[in-house]
Amino acid sequence: MINIEIDGKKIQTENGSTVIEAAHQAGIAIPHFCYHKKLSISANCRMCLVQVEKAPKPLPACATPVSEGMKVFTHSEQAVKAQKGVMEFLLVNHPLDCPICDQGGECMLQDMSVGYGNGHSRYHEEKRMVLGKDIGPLVSAEEMSRCINCTRCVRFGQEIAGQMELGQAFRGEHAEIMSFVSGSVDSELSGNMIDLCPVGALTSKPFRYKARSWELSRRRSVSAHDSLGSGLAVHTKNNRVLRVLPIENEDINECWLSDRDRFAYEGLNSEQRLTKPMIKQGGQWREVDWQAALEFCANGLRQIAGGAGAEQIGALATGNSTLEEMYLLQKLLRGIGSDNVDFRLRQSDFSADGKQQGAPWLGMSIADIGKADRILIVGSFLRKDHPLLAARIRKAVVRGAQVSVIHSTDDDLLMKVAHKAIVAPGAMADAMTQVAKGVAAKQTGGIAGSLASGDRVAVLLGNFAQQHPHAAQLQAMAQQIANVTGGKFGFIGESANSVGGHLARATPQGKGLNAAAMLAAPRKAYVLLNVEPELDCADARQAIAAMQSADLVIAMSAYKHGATEYADVLLPIAPFTETSGTFVSGEGRVQTFNGSVKPLGEARPAWKVLRVLGNLLKADGFEYETSQAVRDEALQGVDVAARLNNAVGGIESQAAAVNGLQRVADVPIYATDAIVRRAVSLQATADAAPPKAWLRSSELGKLGIAAGAQVKVAQGQGSALLEVAADDGLPEGVVRVAAGHPMTAMLGAMFGTITVERA
Amino acid sequence: MKNLINFFKRFLLLELFQGLSVTGKYFFARHITVEYPEEKTPQGTRFRGLHAQRRYPNGEERCIACKLCEAVCPALAIKIEVAEREDGSRRTTQYDIDLTKCIFCGFCEESCPVDAIVETRIFEYHGENRGDLYYTKDRLLTVGDANEAQIARDRAADAKYR
Repeated sequence: MINIEIDGKKIQTENGSTVIEAAHQAGIAIPHFCYHKKLSISANCRMCLVQVEKAPKPLPACATPVSEGMKVFTHSEQAVKAQKGVMEFLLVNHPLDCPICDQGGECMLQDMSVGYGNGHSRYHEEKRMVLGKDIGPLVSAEEMSRCINCTRCVRFGQEIAGQMELGQAFRGEHAEIMSFVSGSVDSELSGNMIDLCPVGALTSKPFRYKARSWELSRRRSVSAHDSLGSGLAVHTKNNRVLRVLPIENEDINECWLSDRDRFAYEGLNSEQRLTKPMIKQGGQWREVDWQAALEFCANGLRQIAGGAGAEQIGALATGNSTLEEMYLLQKLLRGIGSDNVDFRLRQSDFSADGKQQGAPWLGMSIADIGKADRILIVGSFLRKDHPLLAARIRKAVVRGAQVSVIHSTDDDLLMKVAHKAIVAPGAMADAMTQVAKGVAAKQTGGIAGSLASGDRVAVLLGNFAQQHPHAAQLQAMAQQIANVTGGKFGFIGESANSVGGHLARATPQGKGLNAAAMLAAPRKAYVLLNVEPELDCADARQAIAAMQSADLVIAMSAYKHGATEYADVLLPIAPFTETSGTFVSGEGRVQTFNGSVKPLGEARPAWKVLRVLGNLLKADGFEYETSQAVRDEALQGVDVAARLNNAVGGIESQAAAVNGLQRVADVPIYATDAIVRRAVSLQATADAAPPKAWLRSSELGKLGIAAGAQVKVAQGQGSALLEVAADDGLPEGVVRVAAGHPMTAMLGAMFGTITVERA
Repeated sequence: MKNLINFFKRFLLLELFQGLSVTGKYFFARHITVEYPEEKTPQGTRFRGLHAQRRYPNGEERCIACKLCEAVCPALAIKIEVAEREDGSRRTTQYDIDLTKCIFCGFCEESCPVDAIVETRIFEYHGENRGDLYYTKDRLLTVGDANEAQIARDRAADAKYR
């Protein structure tokens, strides 16, 4: 520790910290623009100049390390004169038209110029003019004249997002920020540049000219799109969500937010929102009131339970439903005598059910992942599935952690990957076995060697590994590796409330059918909670067939979607911003939130709908007044920390017979759930491009098809016409075709044999 | 002694004549009562009457939808909605002043960076129906167009004090 004095205040601070850090610790404000606690120091704005005793000139506080006995004056005459001088220079080229700037009211430069600027400008010459740029549908760089060249966005790209998409070109007065490589900024974290930009140069395109910061009400919420549980500040005006910003939490999302969390709100105001209950009568959809709709549902369910039997009723929910909704759904189903309830819609291997000791979870805290020194990522499209987790691991790699990957695609993780095994899906279990053996034999080199040499090993099973037909086996191998290395292993949960679904017991507990079995052996009635079967299920083709053959399909959804073709009732329910509820994140963090806005039209929170449906069906214990009461009952006597357990035993290895080409299916980042799929700006990004059939160029050569050609991709009965493209990162014998998209919905299961032929 | 003085004061009606002398003074003094509506008081350049929205000489509306007037309005009488116009400029799609709420403090005019919203010298206006005093953007622009010469003169006269 070092003793310094700032403005006469005696401060103890760590050796190696800078003056600005010490000042912030002591609660002393130093004006700054380019300094950001999460980014490297560039000291180019010069706004943080302070006077230091015995220094002949003012020094930048952000780049001056503290030394013993240092005396700093942040508001002395010399310091303030320097700061005012810098401010005047910054305003030389900055347009003085705050009233038309979108950043007005939340602009660092505007705030600082109140304190350090002059009322009048002494500069009457021509100002520098920088042309606006189109850098994609999310971030607006229309007003680059406002840029003060602090390079925060550039450093963010390099250091946090892992790719330098923006850079500063030219020199001196001609220096400007531009996207010189790709022309657009495609990072899945690009929205953070908007927050970082201290002026109005980079602003949010979907939010452009929508509202002023002072008009917005801020509500706390939790991200519904991935399992991280990022804190959201939902900004609303006139009962509409107008934007979403991060809430800082060092243990979860730090101060960042992925674009999916940030811009998905556009889907909440979509034209496709369902606002009135609807019943299909004689092939025609008719709007009805809630009473009629719910009575129709209750009668239908009662008839089927009384006739064909309650086991003919199945319920499916998505993992993005709240804990309360899933709890009531399973309670309702069990109340009428059916155990067929599940939320693991994209999972295809359920052989770990009953052998798993607790609810599968991350296996460690998110912060622990950042501290691990050896990380094995198995079957994960990490950057696209969990963008912020990727950023955290990237930071760990910079600090010296080694990352190894076992996967079926070789997507660039934008970090240094020590070792990787890119194998076909059928060979993944083998690859894991090899590593497990290697680790046990203290092998040097390779993935096993890397893991064996670590002190804090983390083995993470991604979405692909969970959806894999040998998921249980992969889990068992991961457990073995973690045990041998003394590390931890866990699942990077697929959706916001995957852990919550297990805690709510929204999985078959007895003889009930799981999600896949329910669709493979079609039921007479289905209750769908938030589900779009053609996009959310492992085997979309099978799911649609099951829905079409059912006598009664009750679709509870915030949107009018494909269900209009096969459903009998559409119940408008509120998305997460319009209902109170609880998400349990991948690391087991229970986060309750309130509704940010009122439900649109006649939509109602799903927990209320399920509660009334329970009353109509005369099921016991549906007298809840609040969602808190539901949560308390769901978590009553549940020690969340004790329920989280990935340990699994008695998994037999499945023989993998592989013939021909295998499908590798990712769920693209902007196709994961119903809200995201309707977020217009996200759908305009490069990541939301229509799916293609990707093959190795050697495979393409074998098939005699040129990249760019239209091909017919077929899986059993199903087929799709897609453009074919070459990706030499793929292993032999693999075709990568994304799921979760209408174009590929008719193909079938996410894993399995697939054929490609010329269209 | 005191009683005696009071007696003479009352007997001679002294206070009555004192009072009448004031009346008499004003009877012959110059009259200052304004016979409204035949006569009108002079108005200052800073008179705060009916609101108007101004245009630039080329016909372009001045308002840039910065929302400062909406923010500063103590009576919450102003409502603004913004959108990007086809040419990319920031413009209002709705600019309403509810004159039944307005307290004519003039803050809106003072906060306006482009002199778009102004208060004119017009104070003789009324509404017969409920919505008549709810001034929309079109009505405000019409008021501005009709009185632009006077508005511009007043701003010019007041410019050096602002």
